[in-house]
Amino acid sequence: MAVAKKEQELLVTVSPHIRSDETVGRIMWTVSLSLLPAFVFGVYYFGPKAVYVTALCIVGSLFSEWLVQKMTGREVTLGDGSAFLTGLLLGMNMPASAPFYIPLVSSFVAVAITKQLFGGIGYNIFNPALIGRAFALITWPRAMTSWTEPTAAFVGLDAKTTATPLGLLKEGGMQKLVEVFGDKASLYTDLLLGHRAGSLGETSVIALLVGGAFLLYKRYITWHIPVSFLGTVAVLAWAFGGKGGLFTGDPLLHLLSGGLMLGAIFMATDYVTCPSTRLGQVVFGIGCGVLTILIRLKAGYPEGVMFAILLMNCFAPMIDRNLKSKVFGLKKEARK
Amino acid sequence: MEKEFLKLFELFIAASVINNFVFTRFLGLCIFFGVSKKMETAIGMTITFTAVMVVSAALSWLVFFYIMIPLEITFLKIVIFIGIVAAFVQASDTIIRKVSPGLYYKLGVYLALIATNCIIIAVPLINAGEKRTFIESLVFGLGSGLGFGLALTIMASIREKLELADVPRPFRGMPIAWVTTALIALAFTGFSGLITL
Repeated sequence: MAVAKKEQELLVTVSPHIRSDETVGRIMWTVSLSLLPAFVFGVYYFGPKAVYVTALCIVGSLFSEWLVQKMTGREVTLGDGSAFLTGLLLGMNMPASAPFYIPLVSSFVAVAITKQLFGGIGYNIFNPALIGRAFALITWPRAMTSWTEPTAAFVGLDAKTTATPLGLLKEGGMQKLVEVFGDKASLYTDLLLGHRAGSLGETSVIALLVGGAFLLYKRYITWHIPVSFLGTVAVLAWAFGGKGGLFTGDPLLHLLSGGLMLGAIFMATDYVTCPSTRLGQVVFGIGCGVLTILIRLKAGYPEGVMFAILLMNCFAPMIDRNLKSKVFGLKKEARK
Repeated sequence: MEKEFLKLFELFIAASVINNFVFTRFLGLCIFFGVSKKMETAIGMTITFTAVMVVSAALSWLVFFYIMIPLEITFLKIVIFIGIVAAFVQASDTIIRKVSPGLYYKLGVYLALIATNCIIIAVPLINAGEKRTFIESLVFGLGSGLGFGLALTIMASIREKLELADVPRPFRGMPIAWVTTALIALAFTGFSGLITL
């Protein structure tokens, strides 16, 4: 990972030995850039509070990174953007109404405990931003689930609290959901544009897709995880999501709502915490999809993307172990 | 019949994954940390543990329903269950050593450890407390054993990966394993409310 920094030294690394000017820093800053459209939409809908919460997350992340690296006597690597990206992702996973201590504490959990304790960038087992959010959700369940209604303007109105589409679906079923949004067509357009309650950066599906397409174009992510993740969710939602028996569910609703797009494009594809082989990544994506639908439809929480990715993070080393790529020239018995 | 089967299946999933003993009840941690350093030992432990778990659940059920309830000595269940497990483990230790030294060489080390595990006593106690039937007790024992195995293998794969990680000095070895377990437990809270028994 730190190839670029040690440019002058003699390097003994695994193949391929192709050099390019891609660095960790450049990838991290590009991913941050590709999150920008979704963030702008979030600010548009949730107002200046969205900027405030995200800024607190970023400051908290950078400070935690600096603190731990100072304490352990390592080189301070704020410039590589990985702490910034963690903070940005964490902020985009917060409700805009979160009080100031939640972003600060959970960004410390994310960066200091989940990443730096394991040795810093490249060694963490779990996605730092998601652990930060899971920690916040369990520690402050009320504050983390009081969603404000998107007002689509910077006006001084008092924020109204409301439920997320998935929350409505869990409590009142499909009828209630359609009732709140008017009709089915406007439900889908609102979901697509992000005019709904939710974490401040997860709502605008279209902006997230633009960011994802940019990352795919730059080849910073491959299609394997997002496609297998989203595909599994769609198929399972169609098969089991309906009340009227098999194959009556609404896959589009499940694809467009919750943190699925943000999770599948930006979180599950984290290089460090997903399997490294292509086949392993497909398995990882399918596992994420199955767990997401399982939690959404059956468990206590309305949204399961975060827990699904975290659970699959636990399994990623095992997937890597069992789906090793073939070593060239070795016979079958010699592989273990 | 189908409904009964479904109930057993739910019980199995609940015991092995959703209410995983290690990650949601935090039992059996001493062995969990002790043998999860390498995948090989983790798998050996899983096999031995599950076998012992199923048999001791069965034995405890038989003793509980055919001896302890008729004699009205159910208040002694902790003492008696510990006795049953310890006796069974010791007996199988001796028998395996005589009958199959090869197997003993592979799995014998784990046997002695199991007698001191808290999951192995928790399962008969929970079975007795819930008044489960014989088949249910067996399924619960099997699920708990395999759930423990799942926890062990997850942990072993992560710890083998962590061997290469540049963990800060004070956190090397056991401390980072505890931190990892805490984070896995955090992920497992996502299952809460999935199957309520």
